[in-house]
Amino acid sequence: MTILSVNQVCKTFKTNNGGQIRAVDEVHLSIAENDFVCIVGPSGCGKSTLLRIAAGLEPASSGDIRFRGQEIKKPHPHIGMVFQEYSLFPWLPVIDNVASGPEFSGMKKMERIELAQHYLEVVGMSEFADAFPHELSGGMRQRVAIARAFANDPKILLMDEPFGSLDAHTRILLQKELLRIWETHRKTILFVTHSVDEAVYLADRVVIMSARPGKVKEILKIDMGRPRSRANPSYGELTDRILQQLEHEVIGFQN
Amino acid sequence: MKSQVTSILIPIIVPILLIIIWIFAAFKIGNQVILPPIDNVLNLLVNPTEQIISMGSLASNITVSLVRVLMGYLLAAFIGIPLGVIMGYYALVFRLMNTFLNVFRPIPPLAWVPLVMAWFGIASMATALGIETGNLYIYLNNLKFSMIFIIFIGGFYPILTSSIHGVASVNQTLIDSARVLGANEFQVFHKVLLPAAMPSIINGLRIGLGISWMCLVSAEMLPGSISGVGYLITHAYTLASTDIVIAGMISIGIVGMAMDKIFHYIENRRYAWQRLAR
Repeated sequence: MTILSVNQVCKTFKTNNGGQIRAVDEVHLSIAENDFVCIVGPSGCGKSTLLRIAAGLEPASSGDIRFRGQEIKKPHPHIGMVFQEYSLFPWLPVIDNVASGPEFSGMKKMERIELAQHYLEVVGMSEFADAFPHELSGGMRQRVAIARAFANDPKILLMDEPFGSLDAHTRILLQKELLRIWETHRKTILFVTHSVDEAVYLADRVVIMSARPGKVKEILKIDMGRPRSRANPSYGELTDRILQQLEHEVIGFQN
Repeated sequence: MKSQVTSILIPIIVPILLIIIWIFAAFKIGNQVILPPIDNVLNLLVNPTEQIISMGSLASNITVSLVRVLMGYLLAAFIGIPLGVIMGYYALVFRLMNTFLNVFRPIPPLAWVPLVMAWFGIASMATALGIETGNLYIYLNNLKFSMIFIIFIGGFYPILTSSIHGVASVNQTLIDSARVLGANEFQVFHKVLLPAAMPSIINGLRIGLGISWMCLVSAEMLPGSISGVGYLITHAYTLASTDIVIAGMISIGIVGMAMDKIFHYIENRRYAWQRLAR
C-alpha cells in the first residue's frame, strides 16, 4: 500500500545574484506503508530538500508529494520529522519538549505529560524528564527529539540525517535503538543520510540520488534479516555497490 | 576560605585607593568648591532623607528621578518591544520602518531638547489630567512630558534593536520543528518565537534602562525642572556646593548599578539556557 508518493518533483531555488539552482530534478518515488527507506546521495543532491517538501515546509516547484493520495501543501499531523540538531526547544525541560506536539493540538496537561513520559521511557530517557536540553549530550538530545516526534503518533517519520552530528559509537548505538523502537512502534520511515553503512544497516530499500540536480539513480533492495551483521558478506557487497555509484556521482560532479 | 576573602578583597582595592587619593588631594587643594572633603560627601550619602538647602532631600529627589525614568522607560518598552518583534517577524514591516528609524538613531537624546521644548514646553502629567491645584498637582507637575520624552528616546533604540534581532535570529530549525509538530501560526509566534527571542529582548531592556537612566541628567536640566537628582547636581553647582554635586553623581551611579544587577539576576535565573546552550 503506497502511503507516500513523490510525483515528478522538481525544485528550483533562486540565488542571490539572480541565478537559479535546480536542486531536485523530476524525482519519482513510491513509499509503501511501514517501509524503512533510506536516501543517500552526494552533498547538495537535494535529499534534504525533498524531505522538507514531504514535510510540507516548502512547496515543490513542479510536481507534488502525496500522502495517501492527498497533496501535501503544509505540515500534516500524520507526518513527523526529526532534524539533525538544534531542534529541541532550549527553554523547556525534556518532558515539556516531548509533550509539545500534543500541546499544540490542545491536549490537556495531565494527559500530555503522561503521554510524554511513555515515549521518554520508550527511548530510554525517563530519568532525564526534568533536565534541560543544554544539560544533555548529543545522543541524548536526539533520543528526546525522536521521542518528541513519536509522541505526535505520525504515520510517517521523516528523518534528516538525525545521527549526523554524533560520534561514531553513539551513532551505531542510536541506529540499534531506532530499529528497536521501530519494532514496537511501526511507522513508515524516510531517512536521509550521508553514511552508506548506516543506510545498509537500517533500510529495506536504499534510494541512491545523483549529484545536483538530484535525480533517482537507483533503488536497491536490502534483503537481509534484522538485526543485520556487518560481518555478513552481503552487507559489504551492497555497501560497495552503493559506494561505487556515489563515487561516480561525486567525481562526475567535481569535473 | 582564601578564595572567599580574595573575592571580596580584590574588587575593593581600587575604590579604597581612590578614597585615599581623594582625602589626600582634598587636603592639598584646600578648596571646597574644587574638591570637597570626603566627609562632607559621606555625610550627605549617609543621611539621604535630610533636607538639602531648599532643594528637598537626596532620597526624595532620587525617588522623583526614578519615577520619571520609569515612565519614559516603560513607554520605550511598550512601543519598542512590539514594534521590534513585528519588524523582526515580517520582512515587509522591517523594510517599511527600518530606514526611517535609522535616521533618528544617531541623534543623541540631548539634541532633542530644543525640539522637545518647542513641542511640550513645561506641560506635564498634571496638564494632561487637567489637575491644577493641590498635592496631586505638585506631584504630577514634576513629571514633565519633555523629560519623559528624552528618557524615552534613550531607552527606545536598544530595546527596539534587540527585539528585532531576537526575533530575526531565531534558529529556523526551531520554527520548522514547531510547524511539523502541528503548531499553527499563532502558536509558532507565541510558544516558539517569543521564548526564543526573550534573552535578546531582556538584554536590550537592561541596556535600555541604563541609557534611560543616563539621559536623566540631560532631561532634568530642562527649564521647568525643580526636582530630581539631575536637577540637584546642576543647581548645587550654582550654590558652589560641589559636595552635593559629587554626592548626587555617586547616587546616580549606585542606583544605576543596582538596577543593572537586578537585570543580570533575572537574566541568569530565567534565561541561563541561552548562555549555556551556545
